[in-house]
Amino acid sequence: MLRMLLLPRFAGEDSGSGFSPPPRSGARGPPEGRWRGPGSRARRRLEVNLFGHVISLPQLYGQLLIGLINGSFYALLSLGLAVIFGMLTIVNFAHGAFYMMGAFAAYFLLKLTGLNYWWALILSPLIVGAIGAVVEILFLKRLAGFDPLYSLLLTFGLALIIQGLFQYYFGASGLPYAIPKELGGAYNLGFMFLPVYRGWVIVASMAVCFGTWLVIEKTKLGAYLRAGTENPTMVRAFGINVPRMITLTYAFGVALAAFAGVLAAPINQVRPGMGADIIVVVFAVVVIGGMGSILGSIVTGFVLGVIEGLTKVFYPEASNTVVFVIMALVLLIRPSGLFGRTA
Amino acid sequence: MPEAALDLAKPAAAAASVLDVKGLEAWYNESHILHGVDLDVREGEVVTLLGRNGAGKTTTLKAIMGIVGKRAGSVVFNGREIIRLPIERIARLGVALCPEERAIFASLTVKENLFLPPPIAKAGAMSAERIFALFPNLRERLASGGAKLSGGEQQMLAIARILRTGARFLMLDEPTEGLAPVIIQQIGRTIAELKREGFTILLIEQNFRFASTLADRFFLMEHGRIIDSFLNSELEGRMATLHEALGV
Repeated sequence: MLRMLLLPRFAGEDSGSGFSPPPRSGARGPPEGRWRGPGSRARRRLEVNLFGHVISLPQLYGQLLIGLINGSFYALLSLGLAVIFGMLTIVNFAHGAFYMMGAFAAYFLLKLTGLNYWWALILSPLIVGAIGAVVEILFLKRLAGFDPLYSLLLTFGLALIIQGLFQYYFGASGLPYAIPKELGGAYNLGFMFLPVYRGWVIVASMAVCFGTWLVIEKTKLGAYLRAGTENPTMVRAFGINVPRMITLTYAFGVALAAFAGVLAAPINQVRPGMGADIIVVVFAVVVIGGMGSILGSIVTGFVLGVIEGLTKVFYPEASNTVVFVIMALVLLIRPSGLFGRTA
Repeated sequence: MPEAALDLAKPAAAAASVLDVKGLEAWYNESHILHGVDLDVREGEVVTLLGRNGAGKTTTLKAIMGIVGKRAGSVVFNGREIIRLPIERIARLGVALCPEERAIFASLTVKENLFLPPPIAKAGAMSAERIFALFPNLRERLASGGAKLSGGEQQMLAIARILRTGARFLMLDEPTEGLAPVIIQQIGRTIAELKREGFTILLIEQNFRFASTLADRFFLMEHGRIIDSFLNSELEGRMATLHEALGV
């Protein structure tokens, strides 16, 4: 059983976010005297020897957790890219910019209207999704039928413009966004502390990814989407308004990115460059999973996050490149990706 | 061909015209495929388009449905001009296409394929039970993936799929192509059954012995135009010229 522990201040990476949960006494926390620290028995053996490396267990768990967190964002972002690629056959280079806009939307909702984190989780994807729909109608629709390279260049340029504008108005440094107080503190898992917010990010990402997969694979709406991916003309010939479906699909993919942006705001601060930083890895994830594969993008996102985390423990020097090494290997062995349909 | 031939082919007791195509032209990118197609289909008729490969039969069906790059001329469906409507609006008016390539979605199950097209009219939509009575094979394959079906099963599914929507005008593009004789017979019986039930059908068929058992009238195409039309009863007398025209 997980015992909830409320620490006066959790010393994590996000201590800069300026929020520390108020000390609460009550039924949820165990009495001070009886609690003996995180995994006191495990403390005797905090290190393991693996292939000659001495690994500290807290470090291993810590990196596994960070890996899962990163994986949560990779999965959400690559899922959006996969959905968009499936229906529009375009690689949405503006995805990182929409992710960043999601975080900024959350920031402004709080600052200007006082709407809190929970409102932002719903409203920010809606706002950014609507912007995405406008982009699709104004620009991408006009490029339908042209070489996909044009839409790729367009979204790439769009990303640069959006990021540049935000940098101009808000500077390159981050704006703080506090962890909502319902999600402050940490759980004591016995062998480690799990900051509540981090746990929430993993659960929320998994839930949204699973929900999206369920809708696409198991519902009528998903059947339209899958059929439209295969043969949009035939789906139109059955009386379905495919052009509108394409607009909504793009809006939905972009909304997923904005949702990830809101989740990221309390962890990474709200920065104009936050999208550009993560999107390169996300594209590698998409290539490894297989372009357009829904399940592939989700699984690969989480798995690569964890692999990255483990690399930080076992061979820190490679932690920034391991994803790209895997990408190169996958491209050599299975060019269509691990979950992609072989042509 | 002379106007007289066209007039001759019109049945004496003229039923209401379901489809009236006049001067239909169509382009794929830069290539001009149809050069003014004139044809009409009346309520409850089975009309067959004959012609060599490349004569423009498939393009005619696609142009009626709106699936071409650019089209001009006039297509009147149930009294309504549809030449400027987008594909999905034409479909919603009750025009259903069963394409040559069958277009079964591989990433959908048979059941998902069958129930994919939304109903466009409550009246006239076939119940699932009726469809399984027409195509018993489909019932057993409902959970299979669309890609796993045999050619015959795919064709049955492609026809069944458009019967469920309530569309009363069906365009069938070579439904017997590449199928075993026993399956061709089953498809033939099905089309005859549909005709008895009052469906209006525009059919493309290379095999005119097969078509002669179903069609009321024929149109012959060449180089993107209709060059002849005649009643089923006139087919026998034209066999020689048809063999030459179709190169069969």
